[in-house]
Amino acid sequence: MAKQPKGISYAKYGYLFSIPFVVAYLIFSLYPTIYTAVLGFTDCKGLGNKNWHILEHPFDNFKMVLSNDSFITSLKNTIAIWLMNFFPQIIIALLLTAWFTSHTNEIKGKGIFKVIFYMPNIITAATVAILFTALFGYPVGPVNDILVSTGIKDSAFYFLVDRKAARGIVAFIQFWMWYGNTMIVLISGVLGISPDIYEAADIDGANGIQTFFKITIPNLKTVLLYTLITSLVGGLNMYDIPKVFLNGGPDKATLTTSVFIYNQAFSGSYLYNRAAAASMIMFLIIAVCSAILFYIMRDKDEEKLNKEIKRAKKNAQKAARGQSWR
Amino acid sequence: MAVVDKKSAGTIAFKVSAYVFCALLTVMSLLPFIIMIVNSTRSSVQIQQHAISLIPSKYLFSNFEVLKDKQMFSPIRGFINSIIISTGSTICNIYFSTMTAFALVAYDWRLRKPFFTFIMAILMIPAQLTSIGFYQFMYSIGMNNNFLALILPSIAAPTTVFFMRQYMIPSLPMEILQSARIDGASEFRIFNQIALPMMKPAMATQAIFSFVGSWNNLMLPSILLTKNNLYTMPMMVQLLTGDTYKTEYGAVYLGLLLTVIPLLVVYFLLSKYIIAGVALGGVKG
Repeated sequence: MAKQPKGISYAKYGYLFSIPFVVAYLIFSLYPTIYTAVLGFTDCKGLGNKNWHILEHPFDNFKMVLSNDSFITSLKNTIAIWLMNFFPQIIIALLLTAWFTSHTNEIKGKGIFKVIFYMPNIITAATVAILFTALFGYPVGPVNDILVSTGIKDSAFYFLVDRKAARGIVAFIQFWMWYGNTMIVLISGVLGISPDIYEAADIDGANGIQTFFKITIPNLKTVLLYTLITSLVGGLNMYDIPKVFLNGGPDKATLTTSVFIYNQAFSGSYLYNRAAAASMIMFLIIAVCSAILFYIMRDKDEEKLNKEIKRAKKNAQKAARGQSWR
Repeated sequence: MAVVDKKSAGTIAFKVSAYVFCALLTVMSLLPFIIMIVNSTRSSVQIQQHAISLIPSKYLFSNFEVLKDKQMFSPIRGFINSIIISTGSTICNIYFSTMTAFALVAYDWRLRKPFFTFIMAILMIPAQLTSIGFYQFMYSIGMNNNFLALILPSIAAPTTVFFMRQYMIPSLPMEILQSARIDGASEFRIFNQIALPMMKPAMATQAIFSFVGSWNNLMLPSILLTKNNLYTMPMMVQLLTGDTYKTEYGAVYLGLLLTVIPLLVVYFLLSKYIIAGVALGGVKG
């Protein structure tokens, strides 16, 4: 280990200053995680139940969750809603990124557009969900008002009891809340690409579209992957909007896994064991996703440096042994 | 020249379509809020006749009276509770994350690298997934219906630590720490009086996100807080879906507006920093 001058080692302060984080993590994150995992194998249900035991067949809860129609529906819904919001979101964000970072066609008012497009992201999701229930109200709601008075529809449509419409609205709200965020992330990714490459392309006579597909997109790979995975993890945890919007309805059309877990545990039935098992299943799915992200985001410069240090050490050893490294 | 004309025609076509598209997105992003604001000033009867209107009416106060009469929905109570929780958790989050980042950057210790690897590994795990165990644990030690259960977990915030470390590496000169040591300053004092002030810009950015995240949080508060007088703002909002408000359209819009105002004020004051912060968060190695 590296010694500090005067022979005093400051290493202990590294440990000392990490203590609050570690202690808080152990108490409020790791312990609840283990607790949740254990509960998944027990018969713990009912409010204030302190007398629970590990099941005779420990995996019963998991089997029951995986064969539960509502859970399967919720998993399908979660993925469907995520797909329905992610693709429009990434396409529009990419389009806006291409426009806002264009070197040949400067768009004025970029700053204002960014502020407006990002705004929905900062508003409380619960508020947004209720606002949209009001907007899609029946028989009188602003959306129906527009549709009827412009003659698009003859009579008001009851969006909130239609399964497809309800699911579509949840996906739209997610899209509406997140496209600005994705756009800003992508723009900052593009601004990180060396301007030299664009200059070279310009000299070679590439047009805007060629530049976008041949230079911007390939150089944006890491950022795109980052967006994909953070959005996926967020999407798999979708709770606020579907819970407040229609509480998973109509007829489970907007039931997501997080709403399922909450309802199992806290909406009257108090099936903590079942909810814990479902949480652990989602935990595994998300752990795989974040492992991929972890792999992508590892510190590449540091890795390179470490390799170089190792090589230098090896060479030094060889030199010490009197060998030549030619 | 024909070539120039063709090019400028293309440019104009591009610009027109780009601006039209951006204008449409602007309407899409703003219209729900505009409807909310306008309808909060209109009476329920007016809204029933025409749910959409861009002209404010004069029923703001009578809508407010309706909200006050029902008494379940108390935006002021929710506001105070949310302020306490969000401020507490933001302070814990920022101070201790900077401290952890300081440990990772300023000192050379054997577990430094494994510790950082560990922080990266837990970066994406959402607290929501362990909520069952968290609830049972808090219930067993009597911490449900206690704001501390929502504040103290913020001491361990891996994302903030990650961000702070990235910011601290290039901006904290070790020479200054060394000279402070020679002057006889303790390590704790060096952190509080030298490192912390240098991190101010990063701390401000992270503070905004921590605060907004905590303010908007719904699942954990609704699991832990069961007493009506402890409800946070998003939980208060949920009350507006109740049957008592079924025909009080104007009052519901006003209630929603009241919960949004603090966020809108924060956003328009700090939007520059917020957007810069989002951009920073997205650029990874």
